[in-house]
Amino acid sequence: MMYSEKVMDHFMSPRNVGEIADANAIGEVGNPTCGDIMRIYMKIENGVIQDVKFKTFGCGAAVATSSMATEMVKGKTIAEALQLSNKAVADALDGLPPVKLHCSVLAEDAIKAALIDYYKRQGIDPKPIVGYDSVEEMECCHGHDHGHEGCQNG
Amino acid sequence: MEKRFVYADNAATTRVSDEVVAAMLPYFTENYGNPSAVYGFAGKAKEAIEKARGQVAAALNAEPSEIFFLSCGTEADNWALKGAAALKKDKGRHIISTPFEHHAILHSLDTLKKEGFEVTFLPVYDNGRVKVEDLKAAIREDTILVSIMFANNEIGSVQPIAEIGAVCREKGILFHTDAVQAIGHVPVDVKAMNIDMLSLSGHKFHAPKGIGAMYLRKGISIPNFMDGGGQEKRRRAGTESVPFIVGLGTAIEIATNKLPEESKRVAALRDKLIDGILERIPDVKVNGDRVHRLPGNVNVSIKFVEGESLLMMLDANGICAASGSACTSGSLDPSHVLMAIGLDHATAHGSLRFSFADYSTEEDVDYILEKLPPIVERLRAMSPLGRE
Repeated sequence: MMYSEKVMDHFMSPRNVGEIADANAIGEVGNPTCGDIMRIYMKIENGVIQDVKFKTFGCGAAVATSSMATEMVKGKTIAEALQLSNKAVADALDGLPPVKLHCSVLAEDAIKAALIDYYKRQGIDPKPIVGYDSVEEMECCHGHDHGHEGCQNG
Repeated sequence: MEKRFVYADNAATTRVSDEVVAAMLPYFTENYGNPSAVYGFAGKAKEAIEKARGQVAAALNAEPSEIFFLSCGTEADNWALKGAAALKKDKGRHIISTPFEHHAILHSLDTLKKEGFEVTFLPVYDNGRVKVEDLKAAIREDTILVSIMFANNEIGSVQPIAEIGAVCREKGILFHTDAVQAIGHVPVDVKAMNIDMLSLSGHKFHAPKGIGAMYLRKGISIPNFMDGGGQEKRRRAGTESVPFIVGLGTAIEIATNKLPEESKRVAALRDKLIDGILERIPDVKVNGDRVHRLPGNVNVSIKFVEGESLLMMLDANGICAASGSACTSGSLDPSHVLMAIGLDHATAHGSLRFSFADYSTEEDVDYILEKLPPIVERLRAMSPLGRE
């Protein structure tokens, strides 16, 4: 397993680790069966992600993508954050080994999960904005794409 | 403590010892003749092979004629299983094994299943040990082969091989054991243990990679796996790798001679590390039997953290170890061994194996005990999992 220097840097010195006490958007994706879980906390004001923190259980790639994704959305608008693709996160890390690409999907999903939570808290239907009604719906849709078939076997 | 390099992955492979390298060298540049040649010059190579065969036979309490050199443990496992199945297929098509064998066994069994053989996997319980009663209950009229590993490569549990061998011999069933992890580390006696076929691999006891051997009890005429020239009494074709065979013979002799003292010394390192981890880190589970255990094997699950992250942090501190997490297996499922002993996925993902051998020292253990707790603390602080 060969990780890029950027992945190693974000793994050894992850940015934005922790929780936000007064977060108004919290999302969690993955499960222990798959071997990675990412929980993301956001403080959103006037449509801008003012602060973001994460907690991740997972491999080096999962931690590094969590760190990179939080950096990439911090200070950005919700609309910009929704544009963030897993490929953009992987590219920003100078790539991931093929077997680890699903970890970058986890980071993208965690951000969307937090935004689903953000709208739900306000009684706004997240579907037209984020694309999904719930985290379950999103993870189910991605099940085939990012190799979490293992989850169903567990 | 100053940063050190600690190699604690001897179950994966070992350093070739200086004595072994020294014994091998003349067979690269001086006595390089083809052992099959007629002239006297090649005779030295032939003699070296026969000396090594004697060394391997002595280590196992076998006859030299029962030892066949081949490329690795995987080849021996393939030959033993597929050969025994072919030899006995008219008698029956039922094989008994365990779910936590090495993939060389499991995938060979998959191939045999496609050819119409049926396999019963005995339970290995939470301590990772087979029960002889289960074996007796699983034996049928058409059982032709039992293949049970001597000791497990991940969790180090040593199986009741002598009892298994006695049952198989009494019932007239061939008994193969993959002893790759055991040879050189625990006493093995093919006669006393009623073993019919045994696989071993040099690089697990300070010989080089790329050389192994199979013990095949006299009179068991399984078909050849490699067809070709007349080497190894026409049983395993291919020009002999003389330097590597010499290395294997030298290493097994050294390991056998010092086994009584060395296994005690290494077991003390193992126990110090296991006890030290349990003392210093909360929420840790020891995987595998604490008594019937390879002297060099430590396997623990560190809850709420993931194995690959642990390995990367250990590596940053100069420590080489292994894990059974999905991310280190290259698939999305954690190790089949940890699943077989009933661990849940999260606990299996947090598994960590340290394995010691001849070059391991108490300083290595102290260094791991110093570095591991803060690594775990750091990863746990980052983890969304924790005590409920």
